[in-house]
Parts: sequence; C-alpha cells; structure tokens
Amino acid sequence: MKIVTCIKQTFDTEAKIVVGGDGQISDEGVNMILNPYDEYAVEEAIKTKEKDGGEVVVVTVGGDKAQEALRYSLAMGADRAVLINDPALEKADSHAVSVALAKLLSDKEAGYDVIFAGKEAVDDGAAQVPSRLAAKLDLALANVVVAVELADGKATVTREIDGGTEELEMALPALISAQKGLNEVRYPSLPGIMKAKRKPLDVVSLADLGLSAEDVASKVEMVSAELPPARKAGQKLTGEVDEVVAKLVELLKNEAKVI
Amino acid sequence: MEFVYTEEERMMLQMARSFAEKEVKPLAKDTDKEHKYPAETVKKMAELGLMGVSVPVDYEGSGMSNICYSIAIEEISRHCAATGVIMSVNNSLACDPVKIFGTEAQKQKYLADMASGRKLGCLGLTEPNAGSDAANLSTTAVLDGDDWVINGRKIFITNGNEADYCILIAATDKSKGHRGLSAFIVELDNPGFSVGTLEDKLGIRGSSTAELVFEDCRIPKDNLLGEVGKGFKVALTTLDGGRIGIASQALGIARAAIEDATAYAKERVQFGKPIAKLQAIQWMLADLSTQYEAARLLTHRAAYLKDQGQSFGKEAAMAKLMAAETAMKAATQGIQILGGYGYTTDYPLERYFRDAKITEIYEGTSEVMRLVIATNILQ
Amino acid sequence: MSIVVCAEQRDGKLSKVTFEALSEGKRLAAASGETLKALVIGSGVAACADELKKYGADEIAVADNEALAAYTTETYAAVLAAYIAQESPALVLMGHSTVGRELAARAAGIADCGLVSDCVAIESADGDYLFKHPVYAGKAIGTFKISGATRLATLRPNVFAIEESDGAGAVVDFAPEIPAAKVTVKAVNKVSGDRPELTEADIICSGGRGLGGPEGFKLIEDLADSLGAAVGSSRAAVDAGWREHAAQVGQTGKVVSPNLYIASGISGAIQHLAGMGTSKYIVGINKDGEANIFNVADYGIEGDLNKIIPALVEKLKEA
Repeated sequence: MKIVTCIKQTFDTEAKIVVGGDGQISDEGVNMILNPYDEYAVEEAIKTKEKDGGEVVVVTVGGDKAQEALRYSLAMGADRAVLINDPALEKADSHAVSVALAKLLSDKEAGYDVIFAGKEAVDDGAAQVPSRLAAKLDLALANVVVAVELADGKATVTREIDGGTEELEMALPALISAQKGLNEVRYPSLPGIMKAKRKPLDVVSLADLGLSAEDVASKVEMVSAELPPARKAGQKLTGEVDEVVAKLVELLKNEAKVI
Repeated sequence: MEFVYTEEERMMLQMARSFAEKEVKPLAKDTDKEHKYPAETVKKMAELGLMGVSVPVDYEGSGMSNICYSIAIEEISRHCAATGVIMSVNNSLACDPVKIFGTEAQKQKYLADMASGRKLGCLGLTEPNAGSDAANLSTTAVLDGDDWVINGRKIFITNGNEADYCILIAATDKSKGHRGLSAFIVELDNPGFSVGTLEDKLGIRGSSTAELVFEDCRIPKDNLLGEVGKGFKVALTTLDGGRIGIASQALGIARAAIEDATAYAKERVQFGKPIAKLQAIQWMLADLSTQYEAARLLTHRAAYLKDQGQSFGKEAAMAKLMAAETAMKAATQGIQILGGYGYTTDYPLERYFRDAKITEIYEGTSEVMRLVIATNILQ
Repeated sequence: MSIVVCAEQRDGKLSKVTFEALSEGKRLAAASGETLKALVIGSGVAACADELKKYGADEIAVADNEALAAYTTETYAAVLAAYIAQESPALVLMGHSTVGRELAARAAGIADCGLVSDCVAIESADGDYLFKHPVYAGKAIGTFKISGATRLATLRPNVFAIEESDGAGAVVDFAPEIPAAKVTVKAVNKVSGDRPELTEADIICSGGRGLGGPEGFKLIEDLADSLGAAVGSSRAAVDAGWREHAAQVGQTGKVVSPNLYIASGISGAIQHLAGMGTSKYIVGINKDGEANIFNVADYGIEGDLNKIIPALVEKLKEA
C-alpha cells in the first residue's frame, strides 16, 4: 500500500498574531508546528501502514522551514518526505498548492492507494486544498472524517456533516481529510526522532515537477490584515440568584433583544 | 558560537512540550495533592524513550544529547516537578553511573533495563549522618565468598519506594574515609532489603522519598560498580551529571511561575488597568525572566560540555545554583503577583513554591554548589 | 455578468445560510448592477426553487436529476462547475457549511477559480470585490482580492442578514452531464435531534469544565431547550469525554456567531474565544470572578451554575 499524507506547517495555535507595518501578518519569532489536523492524517497513515504494510510518504508545499514539519512526521513514523519548495510558491494560495501537489502526485509520486490530509489548516482556515486536489486528481473524496476502514480496495468512512454524520463507501484510490477524533495522535519517540534524521527528504522545485511560475500563479491575494476589534467587558450582575436571573432575562429581552 | 537548536533539539522540544501539556499537566494537581506516584505517566515516558535519553541505543537508550535531556526535563517539570525528578533520577543518578563505570555485562542487563524503563533506578547515597559530607558513610559492604553483604540505612532516596535497582555507595574499608567507599548495583527484590520510612514532604509529593534498609543484604560479587575504593568518584561524577537534571527541573518550575504570573498580571485589573502596567510588577517579571534565561544558558552549556566529553562539574554546579535560586525566587514573587489568589490551592503557584525549595537542597545544597564552584576557581 | 448563489438543500430543505447568501447576493447585485441567479441542485427540488423566489433572484436554475438524489461532492461540484462554465459569473456565493465549503472548493478546483472561504463581509468596489475572512481562528481578519473572471466565496453562517425581495424571475432547467458518483452514501445519521445545528443556531448554550462532569450537561440541555438553542462545549469538556467533538466550539472545533452565546463553567481561554468571539451577545456564568470569560461577556454572573441555571430555566418558562 502506498499512503500519501499532505501536511502543512502552521503557526502554533498559542501564537500571538502581530500585523506588521506592511499590513501583513508577521511570522517573526513565531513557533511553527505541524498543523493539528494534519497530525491526525499522519497518524492515520502510519496506523494504516502498521496494519496493512506499505510506505508512508509525507508531502508539503513550503519554504526551508517546512522541513521541520516533515521531519516531525518522519519522527512519528512516516518513511520519507517530499518538500515542494520554490520562490514562485512563496505566496501560494490553495489553488497554487493544489496544482503543485496534483502534479507531484500524478507524476513522480503516482501509484498511491490513499491520500490523507487534515480537514483544514488552522492558519488560513480555508479548508480548500483536499477538495481542490481531489478535483485535480479526479479522486473520490471524503472530508471531515472521524472513522476510516480500508479493506479490499475500498474505504468505508464516517464523516461529520452539519447536524450529524454520514457513512460513505468508495473505491481506492481516494482522498480522506481528517477531523479531530479520527484517532489518538502518537508522540514521536526519541528513537523515532533520531531515525528521522536519516530518512529521505527530497526537495523539489517547480522545474523538477515540470511546472512554470504561471501554472502556480495565485488567484487569491491577502491585501491586508487587521486585528479584530477587542470585545469589551460588559456588566456583572450581582445579588441573590433570583434577582440576577430576573435581571438577566430582562436585559436579554429588552436591551439585547435576543430572546 | 551558535545559539540555535539543532533539528533534533527542536523536535525534542516540540514533542516534550506537547507531551507535558497533554499527559502531565492534567494530572499534576492530583499527583501533588494525593501524593500519587504517576505510574501511568512514567510508563508512557518509558515508551517514548525518556527514561534513558542519553544512553546509547545499544543499551536500549535513545542516544540523544544531554541538551535534549535538559530540554525534556524542563518541559516536563514545567507542569509537574515530581514527574520531572522521577525521570531525572532514573536518567542521571541510575543510568549514568552504569553507563560510565559499568562493565559490558552490567550495561547489557542493568543499563538496558533502566534506560528502556522496564525497571526504575535510584541512587543510595545519603545517610542520617552523611548528607553533603558523603565521605562519612556508615553503610558497609563486606565480601563474603562470592557475595557482598550490605548493612546500613540510606535516607531521602528519591524513587526509593518504586525502584527496582539501586546504585548504592557503601564503605568497603571504613579506615580509609572516602577512599574506602565502593559503588554497587543492588537488585531490590532481595530478602535483605526493605523500604523503611516514607517521608511526608513539603513538595515534589508525587515522587517517593524513602528510607532504604539493608540487613545482611547479599548481592553477587559481580555487582560491584567500578573498582573497590572508587565509590566516592562514582558518587561525585554521578552528582555532577545529576545537577544538570535538577537545574533543568528548576528551570521548568521557574518558567511555570513566570508564565503563570505574567498571564495573571495581564488579566488582573486593579486601579483601572491590568497590574502588568505597574512598574512594580514589570520589574519583578523583567528580573525573573533575565535570571531564567541566564540559568538556562548555564544549564545548556553544562550539558554541552558533558556532550563534548569535557569537564563540566563547575558549570553544572553554577547551573544548578542559579536555576534553583531562580526557581525559588520566581515562585515567591509569582505568588506575590497573584496576591491572595497565589496563596490558595486554586492556582498552582503555591505548588511551584513548595516544589522549588527542594531544588536548593537535593543533589547538593546551594551552599555545597558554592563550595564546588569556589574549589574549582581557587585551585 | 452575474452573481450566482448556489443553494444548499438536504431532503428538500434549504439551509438558512442559503437565504443569507441570496440576500447578500441581492445587495451586491443592486450595488454593482449585476443580475442575480440562483442554482439549486438535487432530485425533486422544484419546491426549493419556489421558496428561493422570495429572495428576488432574476433567474433560478434547477439541476434536477435522480442521479443527484444523494449528495456527493464530485457530482454536485461537476454541476456547479458546469454552471460556472456556462454563466461565467463575476461572483459565486454559497454557505460555509460542511457541504458548502467542500463543494465550493471542488468546483473551484475544476473551474480553476479563486475562492475565499468563510467570509464575514464582502464589498463591491469598482467592478471588483473585497472579501473579509477571519484567519488564525479569528485572531486576525484578512481582506482578500481574487483575480480572474469568476470569484467564489463561502459565507459564514449567521453573519449576513436575511432580507426577502420581490421581483423573482423565471425558473429554468439546467441539465448538464453528470459524472458517475465515486462515493456511495450508505447512511445519514442525524445526531442533534430537535435542537438546531450549532453553526446555524441563533442561540447557543455551552458548557465547560466548570460543569464538573458529563451529567452537568443536563443543565445546559435544559437551558438550551427552554430557549430553542443549540448545545455547545468547550474543548476541556470534550477532551474529558463529557461531550462529543461535534459540539466543540473554538479554534479546533466549530466557529459560531449566534445572536446569543451563553457560556457556563467556561473560563474563556483564547482558543475558545476564537470560536465564539463574534457572537452578538455573550453571557458568562462562572464561579471564578477572575475568569477570562468576564472580560468578553456582555452580561456576567459570578456564582454557582448549579443554582443559577435551574433558576434561569424557571424564569424563562414563566416569561
């Protein structure tokens, strides 16, 4: 079984967001981590390999620093990694990323049985790449997945939809995007960290993939960013339970007009 | 000079931080309150390779640097200093002496058992009448045929209640003072061994501090660690390394206090503004952060020297002295910043305060650290 | 040029965010002079088309086909992409629901269009559009531009106002070629019962660690039912296993913006605020007077939620 996992390196979820003088979000001094939803994807890939055998390849689009997230995945137990790194991809949007990944996966890394990804990245929150990639590769797709079973060339999955869940069945190869709850993510063991240093990590450019800068020209551009207006503390209601409850209902009805 | 983490150190940090936040932090309060040895956490740490961080892979260790070791201890102690010391004792005080002084056979068996976490280790050094003055030991080991026969009592032994193996320092020739000491590896499932008093302590209450009682405890002749008469050297070398562990533990406690106090100061509004806007609070936090960073550099340098195979005793003593005093100060002032809330068990600052104190005492008091440093610079 | 709104229906029932998208589409069309078209995809969805007329679209296209009875991303996206190819609209809007977001992304992948997901505001300016979308879980708001003739956007539910309008145009058939489905839907399980869906609810009652255990959610459910509200949870309560993850509000859960958010026993960690900070009104109930939730709550009550919530439920029943 060849299992591919698409990951992204993102800001630590605890990171404080600072908008620089250029109106863009500054990454200076920010701790970078493997996108939390991608951790579930990497875990599911490794679990699948442990059960069915095969190889786990982790792929990403990013700069030099993105190697850290790939190494972390290797330390968890993936076998090898590919980084698509090119100056033309510096401001890549979901379109550009999916074009680059699709080329890699239909060419150099073709022959996969299943692709895992996180359901979204916690930075841009776009949740586009898995669906765009499935479109480009013309694959069966299941997003926001909380349970997966792979057997007999088929995937049976449970995924969240608004107000419930859906059970889907599809023939492999398929693309599955992971939701929290899919599995318990392992920590890389210390021997795993040591082994990761020696596992192959290929860096490929757009030219290596046979793509031009125009092929991956972004369609979406962030013009500027601003911090959201801070919420102000309102009023604290004090007194006996009956009084505060009455006061609250009164305020919700007549001041806020929300009930 | 480079002040950047290697790839391996960065991954260690990310893993240890995430492990500490998800696995250690949720249990820390109960571990302390209920005096509960965190057996499950220790098992998980063993599976990850944290019980033998810098033991070579050949002996089932993780083969990582002492800097990685320091990073891991700090991250775990950031949330639970008791869990931190359990790990530190096994790594530094139990694995290290076998790694340095053990025979190949001893390493294959004892080092591998402890580094893999299958067995837990402790160091039996301190006695009622021999604390900082380690040369004055009264526990004896006498050769009788193919066995050493051990008699005596050890006190204040961290991990003593759970340990499977003890690295024991005992007198083989009382007339020779510290030159008459020898080191041994004792398997504690021995009819001549029992656990005596368990201390009720101010802090690090999740780790045991036990009295070890040896009564005609017979161990095989081959369990001598190093040479006869070289036990004092084993003890000192071991403690030098242990101080990197305790310095790292103290760094974790200091950082916990500083981070919690900083977060509180930003949220707590008095006189119409967050108290973080008050200079009195700012200066406390500025001083503490500076001392924490200084202690961390000292600790990482000591670990670096150890990795390079250079002498590091003075540096480890400086690191432990500075880190321990910083932890104590950070916990004290952290409580001050939280005021009345800091004094209650609703916030963990009081636990940091109780945990910090021991770092100024064990594996050499701050006074002994100053003595070690002074001896080094005056020789 | 036109503005297209892709309606979302399940079992013939249109989602609320569809009306929000249509209303916003109408406002943008009025400002820019574009025509507004709606597209509804499914099987036996004529009634949906009728309902959409209330929002004044100039044309309502219906892709009605038995092959579209069950929603699958690849078939629906193929229809949407074919409609985009036919219309070359300037703008395509749809809800940022679980289905809407993947449908928009897959169609954008086919049509090679730019897409801004989860928009909270759209402005039209000089024939172009600016899209506002919270990034880093709401810790910042980005303003985005899309290049290319057609721009796609999904809209965060509960943010855009619903306005009915007259003047709806004709209902037309749209019958593109539909590819074979790659996915078989084996079952659909509804979990939230009679309560509204979290991301669409006007009122959400959430509970956290302060509830003391899973049984504490009984209080939250009682309160929710007295208000017709959805039930949410903090991450702490989900991690403790008291509530399923689908109920989690926050950075690694759902992002919601109801009119009223009642947080009980939730301290208000930044990760939680990231998921509910855009609620119109926030009520915080917590025994810790220093809890961060009080820094953002419009109305705060410091005290024992085991006493306050039952009293509140009683009061609401009286009213």
